[in-house]
Amino acid sequence: MATEDQLTAGGPTAQGTATDSAGTTSAGPAPATLLKVEGLTVAYGPQTVVHGVDFTLERGQSLALIGESGSGKSTIARTVLRLLPPEARVLGGQVQFGGQDVLKLRERQFRPLRGRGLGFVPQDPGSALNAVRTIGSQALEAAALLRESDAAARRARILETFDLVGLTDPERVYGSYPHQLSGGMIQRVLIGLAVLPRPALIVADEPTSGLDVTIQKRILDLFSELQRSLGIGLLFITHDLAVAAERADTLVVLKDGVVQERGPSGQVFAAPESEYTRELQADVPAVNPDRYRIGHAAGAARPGESATTQIDVRSVSKTYTVGARRVVAVEDISFSIKRGRTHALVGESGSGKTTAVRLLLGLEQPDAGEIVIGAESVRSHSRGQWRALRRHLQLVYQNPFTSLDPTWRLERIVREPLDRYGVGDKAERRDRVREAFHSVGLPESVLSRRPTHLSGGQRQRVAIARALVLRPDVVVLDEPTSSLDVTVQASIIDLLFRLQSELGLTYLFVSHDLSLVRQLADTVSVLQRGCVVEDGPVQEIFSRPRHPYTQALLDAIPALSSR
Amino acid sequence: MSIAIAPQPARRLSAAVRGVPASVLLSFVVVIIVVLWSVVPGLFTSYSAVVANPAAKFLAPSAQHWFGTDSLGRDEYARIVHGAGPSVGTALVAVGIGLFAGGLIGLAAGFIGGWVDAVLGRLVDTLLAIPGFLLAVVVVTGLGFDTLNAAIATGVSSVAIFARLMRAEVMKIRHSVFVESSYLQGGFRGYVLFRHVLPNAYRSVLALAVLQLGSAIIVIAALAFLGYGSPPPASDWGLLVADGQAYATAPWLIYGPAIVIVLTVLSINRISRWLRKTS
Repeated sequence: MATEDQLTAGGPTAQGTATDSAGTTSAGPAPATLLKVEGLTVAYGPQTVVHGVDFTLERGQSLALIGESGSGKSTIARTVLRLLPPEARVLGGQVQFGGQDVLKLRERQFRPLRGRGLGFVPQDPGSALNAVRTIGSQALEAAALLRESDAAARRARILETFDLVGLTDPERVYGSYPHQLSGGMIQRVLIGLAVLPRPALIVADEPTSGLDVTIQKRILDLFSELQRSLGIGLLFITHDLAVAAERADTLVVLKDGVVQERGPSGQVFAAPESEYTRELQADVPAVNPDRYRIGHAAGAARPGESATTQIDVRSVSKTYTVGARRVVAVEDISFSIKRGRTHALVGESGSGKTTAVRLLLGLEQPDAGEIVIGAESVRSHSRGQWRALRRHLQLVYQNPFTSLDPTWRLERIVREPLDRYGVGDKAERRDRVREAFHSVGLPESVLSRRPTHLSGGQRQRVAIARALVLRPDVVVLDEPTSSLDVTVQASIIDLLFRLQSELGLTYLFVSHDLSLVRQLADTVSVLQRGCVVEDGPVQEIFSRPRHPYTQALLDAIPALSSR
Repeated sequence: MSIAIAPQPARRLSAAVRGVPASVLLSFVVVIIVVLWSVVPGLFTSYSAVVANPAAKFLAPSAQHWFGTDSLGRDEYARIVHGAGPSVGTALVAVGIGLFAGGLIGLAAGFIGGWVDAVLGRLVDTLLAIPGFLLAVVVVTGLGFDTLNAAIATGVSSVAIFARLMRAEVMKIRHSVFVESSYLQGGFRGYVLFRHVLPNAYRSVLALAVLQLGSAIIVIAALAFLGYGSPPPASDWGLLVADGQAYATAPWLIYGPAIVIVLTVLSINRISRWLRKTS
């Protein structure tokens, strides 16, 4: 029992915010340091993924752990929460929370800390709640942590917290099932459940990675506000340097489990000391509006060609029937792309950008309107005509982990289009495959590998090589970098620019990342709920947005001047 | 699968064996022995499975007769070894039939969809609605009592399970991104089916086939026990158990073949579970 009193003493109320009185100190004044990680080393089997990491988080402050995939940031978060999988072992170091080493506690001693001392907001809101139970029944489980004996009082606290996290109709949310809420609302529910027992620390593992940009901004605002009003310490795990710099007081930059740099975020961001942070910072498009300008200028500076229109989409509509409901995917959208230029489709999930791409590629047929590719209208194209057309019209998918057949070797994957269209003889095909690999910067030694042996960036290079091996005129890029780390994104974008200037390609670039679109597109269409709300040259749209939705999207780009 | 490992050089074998659980290795040993019994029974026993020796009937298990002798003085171990061929071979034929017919139905239903899926789906439902063993008995009664007919009967009763799994796998892969991508690279339907869908679907179906091999051995033994298999003096395992139950004073005549059946089926199930986990 003594331990529990001590633990709750390390709990909330350090900043004197109005919470329950159990937090008042019975074992001396609460230390200013909330979380202190010292020399933490964690290994999975023989592989050490975290090497001697140190950092300190003060009470009521926020700290961001930044790193790319495989940098060990999630492992650190899981160590702090004692949620490591059984095969992981802590080889050394300690995690001090409220003055005691969390790692040395027995499970029975640690349990009172869960929720009440340490809150957790998981990465994927979609799978964090039980789909067959109402939000309320799951919230009541979390409310068992409260020192309320009365069920009605717990319910009142839950509704109060839902209101606090900005859920407009708490009663409705309470009675809903997870599938009835949007991703942003579920993330708010999860944050609410973490905040409910008023923990001293919340660990948020990429809390916004699956969300649209405007919602992402609102969730981050909510975190900042809760941190301020409730004095909760925040440990952010993120790959996004811009978000981290905007939101956190302290940054810790990780690479391969080693701390590269740590310090106040303004300082780290303005004057990065380590090589890696500099590289990372240089590749974030939101921070460096001119990162890709040079490449872009090279790509666009080809006179004479800009006159012809390569793709013309005229008033196209498409409605799906789901059960008895009719869902308008796109309505009366039009855009055109000049030869050798880049057009961007921008919008959030459900805005119809994917449908627009599928209509363009003939994977779906429009209900109305006309699409002209090159000089021919594709309205009544047969399957054979589409097949001939697609030789010049290729797609690079969003997720390179699903777009390559896992049972095939890379050489065969890239050769597939050549085989299918019967291009050249055997030797010529082999040469073209090698040439394609060379042009996307992959060594020939990977030719005989299978996709599972490659990293995400390498896979996306393979997907681009496959799209280019037929030497198409138009390449549709469906969020080609959204599942990749920023430094990998930078190398892929550089590659796309180089190929565009070398081969005179026309790109249709689909993205939700405006900071990226601003730099690499010539023209842009902003989509909202299946309609084009604004279109025109990129410079004009970005400097003088007329539609409120465009303005909201632009506002969602992390602004660093605010700090 | 067991045969593929045996002839490898010693070093590669030891590398392949590392990390495999001991129970799986033991299961492989059992299966390899049974397979060798059915291929070269002469190497494992010098006794004949058919020639009677009335002077030595009902001998208890001993160093000369490991599993004792039966009512005609035949060595029970020799009968089991010689019975492995028909028993295991029949099970293989049965699984082959189920795998081929069920796989084809599942492939067509999952890939073509629409009314083809509806018709084949109802056919599979009908097959599933009839208890498997009853169906096997009906089929073998129609075709005549014979080991091969028992194999066909067992195969037919497992068609539905294979069809269901294959259909589910094919539907999952048919809607995956790399399949759509292959159409965009100019692939035709048949090409996509055999080059992309099938290679990705067959793994779990194969693991099921190994599992079904175990239950096929039991079904065939049961059919033989009831007299639906080859008539005596054949020594199918099920028939041996049926022979033994008449003589309460010689329980080893039941224990011998029964233990062999149980060990074989358990080993096969263990291997199947391991295959499913690793693939």
